[in-house]
Amino acid sequence: MKEMLLVARRDLASYLNSYWGYVVIAAVLMTDGLLFNAFALGDQPKYSTKVIEEFFYFSFGLTCIASVFMTMRAVAEEKQTGTIVLVDSSPLSASQYIGGKYIAALAMMAILILGTAYMPALVFVNGKVSYGQIFTGYFGLLLVAGAATAIGLFMSAAANSQLVAAFLTAATLGFFVISWILAKVVDPPLKDIVEYLSFYDRHFRGFGRGQIHTESVIYFVSVAFAFLTMATRLLAMRRWQ
Amino acid sequence: MIRAEGLTRYYGWFAAVQDASFEIGEREIVGFLGLNGAGKSTILRILAGLLLPSSGRVTVGGIDALDAPDVMRKRIGFLPEDPPLYREMRVGEFLRWVGRIKGRDSNHVEKALPRVLETCQLETVRDRVIAELSHGYKKRVGIAQAIIHDPDVVILDEPISGLDPQQIVDMRSVVRSLKDSATVLISSHILSEVTQTCDRVLVIHEGRIVAEGSEAELGRSLDKGSRLTMTLTGERNRVEACLERSAHVDSFALSEGDSSLVVDLTLRGDFRESLVAELVTEGIGIRGLRETMSELEQIFLQLTQSTQSASRRKAGRAPTEVRA
Repeated sequence: MKEMLLVARRDLASYLNSYWGYVVIAAVLMTDGLLFNAFALGDQPKYSTKVIEEFFYFSFGLTCIASVFMTMRAVAEEKQTGTIVLVDSSPLSASQYIGGKYIAALAMMAILILGTAYMPALVFVNGKVSYGQIFTGYFGLLLVAGAATAIGLFMSAAANSQLVAAFLTAATLGFFVISWILAKVVDPPLKDIVEYLSFYDRHFRGFGRGQIHTESVIYFVSVAFAFLTMATRLLAMRRWQ
Repeated sequence: MIRAEGLTRYYGWFAAVQDASFEIGEREIVGFLGLNGAGKSTILRILAGLLLPSSGRVTVGGIDALDAPDVMRKRIGFLPEDPPLYREMRVGEFLRWVGRIKGRDSNHVEKALPRVLETCQLETVRDRVIAELSHGYKKRVGIAQAIIHDPDVVILDEPISGLDPQQIVDMRSVVRSLKDSATVLISSHILSEVTQTCDRVLVIHEGRIVAEGSEAELGRSLDKGSRLTMTLTGERNRVEACLERSAHVDSFALSEGDSSLVVDLTLRGDFRESLVAELVTEGIGIRGLRETMSELEQIFLQLTQSTQSASRRKAGRAPTEVRA
């Protein structure tokens, strides 16, 4: 655990000492703010609960997009610059390394997600907001960030270039997000599987409405665990090659 | 300290290293000398625990690289040709971090840091951001990260590549100072560097170790005292005629000095006395005779060429190894 935190601390400092982390956070917050103002608040009277639900809808999409940019450098950049030799020639295990990278990237995603908090807070001005819906929505966003970051980390470990890593992450997340559409054109029993994989339609929508489904919590945690395990195995395999 | 037995490493069908065996003792500085692509870096990466050999085994201090890779990695410091540095970190902060991930506790790293900074002459840049440092300083930070955890073996892949002459001199003293606490392995294709820094040289060609020993040992094994430089007096034509007639002289090159003739010649064996007798009999004066030790460059070319010709002669069979 100590070694994992060493990697996490260095990576977090790297995000904060470079423009990259700030640029991603700023771009996502700006876009989220514009979408919130234009569509969630809109120019027609709405129930506060509907405004919050739409806010989480946009935040969900932007969380997925942010994870692509937040993780693309994680391992691929180390391979490009050769600094991964420091890890390969040390007693640090692949799981400690990936674990540290994951903690750092997830911490940045958490900062980003918490940075959106002013938007639901604005609804307090003229609306009546349920704290439960807000906390549940944010819990869901953190779960989505956890799964998306794990996918991004795996792709970054698999690719030798940051751009390829970003492309692969975007494609994979795209599949998970739109799989509910794919499910409409697929026959059973594959239809049920594809439908089940849908990040938003099947699993996140409930969080935005203030509902926590254990099945969805387990789903997001399982996706994160599966991709982190694959990333660890991949790095352990390439270490001796 | 290090024992390698029958190391072979394939990349696909290409054998980068073939049946390399050697032993390296404690506190030795050993140079791996070879042309680009000879297999030096592959051997060093196997020794550093970064690559698995296709066959053969390596032990460091009795620890097998395959049985306990993490224990072995703790005992080794490695600097690849391009120093692995986090450019946004400060020198001291970076070295502390490397020391910790190499398995040392913070107390140990804090104690080691001033010594390492002094050894690598980095005290003045301790708080500087690595990205702002010159190439020479970056190389030194690379060495510092390789020794911050007090390894028993320090492996430096082309440590002087890209350095200017002053930086090379500084780097040489840094590398020599490492010998006090560790066994040092260096790879280089710069021949003079290997002779000036290393106690022993392993010559690698086409993935094989074709010779090993000190520069003098390698020279003796090939020259057998047969190369001479002579300063003679007498008519040029007479000297040339005498040397051409002599059965002991294989080849010679003659140049005119201020009031003498300087001859660089190769004998067919150690026939120095006989040649001197022949020259004196012809009435040629001898002002000086000096045995010429081969430059490592010549030795290296001889070794690699002899391996190539052996490979050609024995097509399909492994080339004969020349051992000092």
